[in-house]
Amino acid sequence: MSNTTTNYIGKPASRVDGRAKVTGEAKYAAEFPAPGLTYGVVVSSAVAKGTITKIDTAAALSLPGVLQVFTHQNRPGLAWFDKKYQDEDAPPGTPFRPLYDEKILFSQQPIALVVADNFEVARYAASLVEITYETEPHITSIKNRLHEAYTPKEYKSAEPSPRGDAEKGLAQAEITHEAEYSHPSEHHNPMEMHASTVVLAEDGTLTVYDKTQGVQNSQNYITQVFGLAKEQVQVISPFVGGAFGSGLRPQYQLFLAVMAALELKRSVRVVLTRQQMFSFGHRPATIQHLVLGSTSQGALTAVVHEGFAETSRFEDYTENLVNWSAMLYKCDNVQLAHKLIQMDAYTPLDMRAPGGVTGLYALECAMDELAYKLDKDPLELRLTNYTNIDLSKDNPFSSKELKACYQQGAEKFGWAKRNPQPRSMREGKTLIGYGLATGAWEVNQQKSSAKAVLSPDGQLKVTSATADIGTGTYTIMTQIAAETLGLPLANVTFKLGDTALPQAPLQGGSWTAASVGSAVKAACEGIQEKLLAHIRNLKEGPLAGVQKLEEVLFADGKIILKSNPAQHMLLPEVMRLAGENFIEATVTTKPELRQKKYSMFSHSAVFVEVLVDEDFGTIRVTRVVSAIAGGRIINPKTARSQILGGIVWGMGMALEEESVMDQPYGRFINHDLAEYHVPVNADIHDLEVIFVEEDDDIVNPLGVKGLGEIGIVGTAAAIANAVYHATGKRVRDLPITLDKLM
Amino acid sequence: MQKTAEKENLEKASVALPPTHTVTLKVNNTEKQLQLAPWVSLLDALREYLGLTGTKKGCDHGQCGACTVLVNGRRINSCLTLAIMEEGNDITTIEGLAKGDALHPMQEAFIQHDAYQCGYCTPGQICSAVGLLSEGKAKNEHDIKELMSGNICRCGAYTNIVAAVQDVMQQKGDPANE
Ligand code: FES
Ligand code: FES
Repeated sequence: MSNTTTNYIGKPASRVDGRAKVTGEAKYAAEFPAPGLTYGVVVSSAVAKGTITKIDTAAALSLPGVLQVFTHQNRPGLAWFDKKYQDEDAPPGTPFRPLYDEKILFSQQPIALVVADNFEVARYAASLVEITYETEPHITSIKNRLHEAYTPKEYKSAEPSPRGDAEKGLAQAEITHEAEYSHPSEHHNPMEMHASTVVLAEDGTLTVYDKTQGVQNSQNYITQVFGLAKEQVQVISPFVGGAFGSGLRPQYQLFLAVMAALELKRSVRVVLTRQQMFSFGHRPATIQHLVLGSTSQGALTAVVHEGFAETSRFEDYTENLVNWSAMLYKCDNVQLAHKLIQMDAYTPLDMRAPGGVTGLYALECAMDELAYKLDKDPLELRLTNYTNIDLSKDNPFSSKELKACYQQGAEKFGWAKRNPQPRSMREGKTLIGYGLATGAWEVNQQKSSAKAVLSPDGQLKVTSATADIGTGTYTIMTQIAAETLGLPLANVTFKLGDTALPQAPLQGGSWTAASVGSAVKAACEGIQEKLLAHIRNLKEGPLAGVQKLEEVLFADGKIILKSNPAQHMLLPEVMRLAGENFIEATVTTKPELRQKKYSMFSHSAVFVEVLVDEDFGTIRVTRVVSAIAGGRIINPKTARSQILGGIVWGMGMALEEESVMDQPYGRFINHDLAEYHVPVNADIHDLEVIFVEEDDDIVNPLGVKGLGEIGIVGTAAAIANAVYHATGKRVRDLPITLDKLM
Repeated sequence: MQKTAEKENLEKASVALPPTHTVTLKVNNTEKQLQLAPWVSLLDALREYLGLTGTKKGCDHGQCGACTVLVNGRRINSCLTLAIMEEGNDITTIEGLAKGDALHPMQEAFIQHDAYQCGYCTPGQICSAVGLLSEGKAKNEHDIKELMSGNICRCGAYTNIVAAVQDVMQQKGDPANE
């Protein structure tokens, strides 16, 4: 019934946690107080590879207020097996263990933790720790090392799934395009630096405030590594100051803070510096080799996509880099490879749309280049190769409104006004370019639990141990719960980020809305059932005689008889009559089996206008239209923000972001926010988001697909393609900085 | 390669820690006395010594704007000033913008326009925007973008931040809302 006041799904509700965020009340990991709190500061390795031959901590320890300097020499005995250190997001291999031994595996490796009564003393003391190294030669580049690439024994992500005979397909091709695309390592750099506050209670139990995308992942890690029982460790994370993947694995400040707290029997806070935010997982640099073959009409006859990506010496990190080339277009012959090259650096880590944003960047630039060779509109070329079947799995898509994205996006953008000739559009000395690209991201539903508790005052509390890293989880879960039980939004609270709450997956992969949303809905339906059981017992009153849920409607704070809406009861009334003080339901939801017969993806079409200064090569992205097919949109306001953020990330990737490896030192040299460039306000102009209608009853009961990553995928390629259109110069190495246009 | 001890460090270690001083800070119209060493930044004084964690640390180097507060009405990066230097000044943090339950118009506008995601840069953005308005230099959207560029938002909420600032300007009858 659309005229009820409690139809919240699809409404642009303001964030329920908004007030906390604009008043400073929202507390992040480093902001929880504790009596007698001590401060830990990390000492980082100055070299990329070698051995610590000596650590002199005497000067540091002599400072009043310094409690201890932990190093590999005095750390407590810890779990031995790799498995104990492997978290939910760990790739195959041997996870890094902080302070394990004297070996240096990467630059900025944490090699000591100085703990003091206050932060300033700890920081000063850290500068006094003297380390002597015996260095070994390091290799910190993948360039010119493709011959060393190997196929990992095990893929963390989906294995490449080739089909047909690409060689034959290329022989048949009338037009071919072959090129190499690359991009550097990038770092997540959430605004909040990684931090853990470990509060030690008198009984020895730990309350850990951690910056994480999954409290249970942190809890498991701590219990396994330190040999503690779950009851001894509670991890809490109500607010996360961005993460974008950096919080998918427990980072070393968690290990160090817990270790220090247990050893010193004190509460400890460890916050990394911005420089140290460049010392762990990051988007891996890749080099990608693309070959496309097509008929003279533009029908693809072969796609070859070979990706070479960095990994560490100790773990084989992979992401879905090349499979996009098997699913996005119609083509019988697809050859894929995804190989790794080891560097003396930390293991890469999922970073917003891992693999998708990089693999599709290469594919979508290659498609653009093919379009020029064919003298065909790039949009036409995509439509020529459109497919309603995911040929990599031979499954139909559960839904795919990509055509609508192309149409609505092109129309809004004014794609038709594009002069197909490169370097043909200008205003004085400003070159104008239009570019487009397709995006896709996999839809996933994970097993999740939620609990709902209805109290006699009509208040509903819903809980799940999920996270809100800025995605809007608090708000959309509140909307889903309120609508399901027909309660006013103000009556519903949603709690997350606490290991005491029902199990939830890591917040990643854009699956929270689908996974936790389904659990929240089911838990509220559980309450409906329980209320119904009581209604069935009613001998009199407006709902007497009701037997089935279908006979009533939960709306406007009431349970309404469908056959006669004048007959209704308040939820607390039913509880009172039943003598119930609380009604609660805890439900675990899993993906339905029938999903297996489908391929489930969100899609996007991104249109970009760039202005390039002819003399200076400066690039401005003046307009972006991103048309998204992302299933049902629960909250258009927070959804739009997700996509806007994704576009901004795409702009960063295309034009600015690069973790520059200083090869002689083997260190990311631009490890601060002045030199690692991310878009600022002045870089952003006209961004427009379109959500096309997309119904999907396969993906999950809510029909949502998730929006955290689809906004970034496609954007970088669209910008690169627009820069080519503006200038006639094809830059195949991101970021496209002005020197590359000269 | 051998890294040898820096002699300087050893000398430093033998000197005592800097003495603390009684510092009186006037924060959000309340005077607070603290016993601080001179090396405590205003940002750390607020967060670690006064429990005012609304002001955020994003870099500690004056590169991100997360720590923006108002000192005598002017926006500054609190990580780039020492607490001891701010004695006698009027410091306003995000906690001091609302009047009781009534939010500052800029806070309201941020909620209304969804001018945030994770919320970590938000206190800095809001203080910066309030400072921007009283500077009176922003005449149009372009100026707002330029003059708000010292506040990084990694979530990329810029479009909505500009909309929120324009909204408040409009309410105040400011011209910067083309
Ligand atoms: S923390 Fe002060 S500018 Fe970043
Ligand atoms: S809201 Fe997350 S950094 Fe701005």
